[in-house]
Amino acid sequence: MKTLLTQVTIVSESLIKDELLSVVRRHGASGYTLSRVEGEGSRSTRAHEIERHNVRIETIVSPQTADAILGELAERYFEDFAVIAWLTEVNVLRGEKFVSEE
Amino acid sequence: MELLVQNLVSPVVLAFVLGLLARWVKSDLEIPDALYQGLSIYLLFAIGLKGGVALTETPISQLIAPCAVTLLLGLLTPFSAYLILTRLGKLGRINGAAAAAHYGSVSAVTFLAAIDAAEIAGRDTDDFLPALVAILEVPGILVGLLLARKTRRGGLQAAVHEIVTGKSIFLLVGGMAIGALCGAEKFASVSPFFVDPFKGVLCLFLLELGMVAAGRIQDVRRAGWRLVFVGCLLPLLHGMAGTMAGLAAGMTTGGAAVLGAMTGSASYIAAPAAVRIALPKASPGIYLTLSLGITFPFNIGIGIPLLIAFAGFCEKLFP
Repeated sequence: MKTLLTQVTIVSESLIKDELLSVVRRHGASGYTLSRVEGEGSRSTRAHEIERHNVRIETIVSPQTADAILGELAERYFEDFAVIAWLTEVNVLRGEKFVSEE
Repeated sequence: MELLVQNLVSPVVLAFVLGLLARWVKSDLEIPDALYQGLSIYLLFAIGLKGGVALTETPISQLIAPCAVTLLLGLLTPFSAYLILTRLGKLGRINGAAAAAHYGSVSAVTFLAAIDAAEIAGRDTDDFLPALVAILEVPGILVGLLLARKTRRGGLQAAVHEIVTGKSIFLLVGGMAIGALCGAEKFASVSPFFVDPFKGVLCLFLLELGMVAAGRIQDVRRAGWRLVFVGCLLPLLHGMAGTMAGLAAGMTTGGAAVLGAMTGSASYIAAPAAVRIALPKASPGIYLTLSLGITFPFNIGIGIPLLIAFAGFCEKLFP
């Protein structure tokens, strides 16, 4: 039985990785996938000259949680840091695995 | 003049030049990220270990004055840097404070290059210098951030955490603790790995830094002549102050010159990370261009030999 959920994808400079992960967890995501990625955007300068990579965080959550995560990112990070984020609708099996019961 | 040329023709400096050249001719040379991290861990840990062993062999009475002047330099240089950056450099408060945090802190590689240059010039240095690197690294960044007066919410704590647990202080202080606990006799068992290949590793590291700096030097044109001037003036002013402070504290002439080079250097590992976290509105294009594109190459090529000569000139003043 497939459930329709939302995948949040965040790509950011690696310096604020831990902060972003805590945002994701605080909103109740039950897990995430983290990978190192490369790329360039409108802010090509990275403060960590040496750590050239960016990080990509992916998590699958309920649509409400996804909106809450995106809202906090917009409020706290979009203005000053190199971060982009987007939502995708995904079909998953075992929907309860991704949505914590509150 | 001879000292300048003599300083330039050393494996360490030439490796840096080769790195610059690699970028300018668009060579496909690239130091893999993991190797770069490995080299920097090796260098920081090795400096810490050697410094720690030296601490066991230096009487505390000889350490107090150098440590005290170093702390004082770390607390004062952000103010002078801020004044010069905002007045002469025409930077705003936030960018001025961000750059001041870099000048208040220290570049470990400039320190190593200065030791190398002092040795080539035939000057003895003090073995406890790594301890001074650790002392100089932290306060300048914090004072610089406070000068901005408007850090991000929770930014200052995050910055303190970033500096104190960041690999450069962690390895330096951790290495020193190990070196001090073990002493020279036990350190001998690891010295074939941490002492003998040290200069070679430093060469490879500078090769990479040359490539990174070359990328920054391209931004210098955009930064304008004011910043170039300030980026060369600050290391000289701070460098001379540091050298005199070192001599006044009873350090060797070579050691005082190295302390001067440290004082005149701008951090580019610990400070950028802390500043980015606490002062995200400051432009990395300004503070990284200043520290890596202007001041670091200036120190490697010109600043360090000048300070060694300056220390030789001043030593008569401090008998």
